[in-house]
Amino acid sequence: MPGDEDGRIAPASGTVQSGTSTLTTPGVFVTDQSRIRNFSIIAHIDHGKSTLADRLLERTGAITEREMREQVLDTMDIERERGITIKANNVRLEYTARDGASYVLNLIDTPGHVDFSYEVSRSLAACEGALLLADAAQGVQAQTLANAYLAVEAGLEVIPALNKVDLPAADPERVAEELVGILGGDPDEVLRLSAKTGLGVDDLFEKIIREVPAPVGSVEAPLRALVFDSYFDAYRGVVCYIRVVDGRISAGERLRFMASGEEYNANEVGFLTPRAVSVATLGPGEVGYLITGAKEIDRIKVGDTITSVAYQATAPLPGYSEPKSMVFSGLYPTDGDDFERLREALDKLRLNDASLHYEPESSRALGFGFRTGFLGLLHMEIVRERLEREYDLDLVATAPSVAYRVVKPSGEAIEIHSPQDLPNPGEVATVEEPYMRVMIISPSEYIGAIMDLVTNARGDMVNMTYLSPERVELVYHVPLAEVVFGFFDSLKSRTRGYASMDYEISGYRASDLVKVDILLNSVPVDAFSAVVHRDKAYEYGKKLVDKLRELIPRQLFDVPIQAAIGSRIIARETVRARRKDVLAKCYGGDISRKRKLLEKQKEGKKRMKMVGSVEVPPEAFVAALKVDD
Amino acid sequence: MTETGRPDAPNLADAAAHIRSAYVHIPFCARWCPYCDFAVVEGRDDSTDRYVRAVVSEIESEPAWGELGAIFFGGGTPSRLAPPLLGSIVEAVAERFGVADTAEVTLEANPEDWTEDLASGLVAQGFTRVSFGAQSFDPVVLTALGRAHTPDHIVRAVEAARSAGFSSVSLDLIYGTPGESMDSWARTVEKALGLEPDHLSAYALTVEPATPLGMQVRRGGAAPDPDLQADMWERAVAAAESACLVRYEVSNFAKPAHACLYNLGVWAQGEYLGFGLGAHGFRDGVRRRNVKRLDTYVERIESGLGAVQGTEVIGGWAAEIERLMLGLRRAAGVTSGAGGEALMASDSGKRLVDAGVVGLSGDRLVVTRPLLTDEVVRAVLALGEYP
Repeated sequence: MPGDEDGRIAPASGTVQSGTSTLTTPGVFVTDQSRIRNFSIIAHIDHGKSTLADRLLERTGAITEREMREQVLDTMDIERERGITIKANNVRLEYTARDGASYVLNLIDTPGHVDFSYEVSRSLAACEGALLLADAAQGVQAQTLANAYLAVEAGLEVIPALNKVDLPAADPERVAEELVGILGGDPDEVLRLSAKTGLGVDDLFEKIIREVPAPVGSVEAPLRALVFDSYFDAYRGVVCYIRVVDGRISAGERLRFMASGEEYNANEVGFLTPRAVSVATLGPGEVGYLITGAKEIDRIKVGDTITSVAYQATAPLPGYSEPKSMVFSGLYPTDGDDFERLREALDKLRLNDASLHYEPESSRALGFGFRTGFLGLLHMEIVRERLEREYDLDLVATAPSVAYRVVKPSGEAIEIHSPQDLPNPGEVATVEEPYMRVMIISPSEYIGAIMDLVTNARGDMVNMTYLSPERVELVYHVPLAEVVFGFFDSLKSRTRGYASMDYEISGYRASDLVKVDILLNSVPVDAFSAVVHRDKAYEYGKKLVDKLRELIPRQLFDVPIQAAIGSRIIARETVRARRKDVLAKCYGGDISRKRKLLEKQKEGKKRMKMVGSVEVPPEAFVAALKVDD
Repeated sequence: MTETGRPDAPNLADAAAHIRSAYVHIPFCARWCPYCDFAVVEGRDDSTDRYVRAVVSEIESEPAWGELGAIFFGGGTPSRLAPPLLGSIVEAVAERFGVADTAEVTLEANPEDWTEDLASGLVAQGFTRVSFGAQSFDPVVLTALGRAHTPDHIVRAVEAARSAGFSSVSLDLIYGTPGESMDSWARTVEKALGLEPDHLSAYALTVEPATPLGMQVRRGGAAPDPDLQADMWERAVAAAESACLVRYEVSNFAKPAHACLYNLGVWAQGEYLGFGLGAHGFRDGVRRRNVKRLDTYVERIESGLGAVQGTEVIGGWAAEIERLMLGLRRAAGVTSGAGGEALMASDSGKRLVDAGVVGLSGDRLVVTRPLLTDEVVRAVLALGEYP
């Protein structure tokens, strides 16, 4: 079969299966653009995007009920487990409209989390329309709004819709008002859906056909196709997801990637139903995949424009800006011998994640590892989890840090990605830290609680807008370092989960920052160092030391834990020596059981990282993240 | 074989590897103590005759072996069975394998069951050693442990055992019961030693998950405090030694010539047969365990099926780990061997030596802080297979 289990492209030469298409005859014609609609769905986590996508697939027969499993478009295990979408994916649906005509609808999936907003813009660039899906009970959330603005900016037709209208808590009237408040229009025109029951799905199709503009590429013009995503397949090499804008792309053709200048043969082109179906040609307006035989993903830049060598376009399509790492963390193998394996694993992950940046670093405490840059905390967590799960690595991750800009007395400015790189106070004129523009949408009753949180996080108010009498949009400038450390969790708990948040970088500002060091058994442990605002340093040191006392197991001797700014100790705790660690009884009946118990406990011991003579569990290195718990 | 020297002598510890022994499990109890996770049954005394017949039949079907040096009746509560019933098992063992004249034949007993008649009846059936589940001399602690006896029962039981002619009397104590203070424990130790037992076992109360105590602790109930237990252990060691009871294993103390042979054998990787429900045996490098349910056990034996539920071949690295895991519990330590040498050459071994936890005495590896024995074993395990 052409499609492998997770819907990606399998190493078989796919052929069109009979009955797959009434619109496309492979190799002869391309789809009439007036019958194509390209759209994506913008929704907050848990607002039902994946469920809706499943319903659309089912409704159009793209997938039978037997094949149906939840969240067909989310192919990575982590995506399915966390209920989120990380990589953009796409699927071609065929729908016969009420007017009797058949349409090709390309659904291009987008990630819902703020960390991946740059992937969102990639997906949007391949579409003419976007469905803005809001939970009829919870209303519009900040990330949804941010992505809706992205879509509007990209010139897309945005169709508002309410999901979960069948739930008792649903308040479609109120949420419809909110949606039109943002996008304009008539609240009665807002679609009412239940992705769970399938209610309204046909209306949705009709509305997409009616309102999303058909693509208007030129069939005659030279080929211009946008690479909006790519991934690495172990058998096929790099697989590009493409949107043909002008001209046609045919299997066997010699292609040129305009930005990189690389040339490849089009070994295979096709589309996903979600099975891979190879075709001879994709025409303007169509969305599908391309396999060139390229083996290194770095050679193919997402955002690049593909043209034909024989009939070249003169100007490329607009590309995207490269994503910038926002959060940095040191990743170290628990077992130093795994360093090379970690490098190989990162290299492989990067094949599918161009936003991942890393460079080798060494720590006195942790040995050799990589300083790794991420788009955000979720991205960091996911990368770490994939490294551990898919590559069977035991890792220690240091507390995340942001990129600081250090201006030296000479006026020279350097960027540091790790607290341990902060120069001594004498060599620093000013330290600047990145600030974020944070947008929060919340029920207005929580304004006070949010203000309090933001003040604690050293933030300033920029703007406040009432979306409705009950809901307010708040905009602040907050240091990224504060956003990184539990800001979102605090926001959720202070607003009982009702607030949502989005952020984007807004620039650097000078702050009074100091480095807090941690000493274990009187030896400084570089991996625990953190850059903290001076006013918060004492409290931070005390809380971290306290947290470490809980996390570091009792050892064979007393272990003092100290926090220090320079040579000044600001907090101290002691982990008392362990005195008793023996089974009371071990007789004939117990031996196998006790041996297995000790073997199991040994596994826990193997996870420990030796820092000097102290055994430290990996979680301790991110303890700083949890000082507020 | 006769034991003569100090209980902690290395030659005694190692020679015990050659003792052949048998364990017999008697599951019957008047009531289930809340901390106990052994195979026990409550209110099933109507099945004792049938059970004993099954055990005898299990013994008869065991392949012939050499003469036994030790038999241990554990429970449950072996003292719930009448002496003739227990005697019939001893006799079956003697007939099947032979029992040395000097053999140690132990039973565990509850002080409240014990009478002079019972004691002399058991001596007549060949029992030489009794281990009383005394647990504590503090009535409050006894209640907390769900025990039915009083401190007086213990005193009378020891006297009765002596006068009936038991050649070795042992007391089991439990320390660290939530609510037990250091003072209470000190008085328990003092009273126990005042009875001049030949042998003493002092166990830290251990919370086993599948017990009422385990449930209580999971629900947030009081758990034993390991630091207080460490203090209590130290107190017991000091008091026992001043009463001439030598600590020869983490939790066991004996006067010269009174170390428990059956247990010495187990700790030296000696072979033993296991009879009765839930019993384990170890013979020819294979460990086997019997089914744990009373009815299943009896039915399987009666229908001619064996009672073995599972077997495990103990060889290679597993055998080496067990040799150290068991041997290091002894005050005599254990010959270093492959695992010990690997440990002493490793970083973790050096750290343990620096912290005074383990050391070499000639070619023997000895744990010098016995309460940290498991840390040493885990360090060996962490070296990985066949270092």
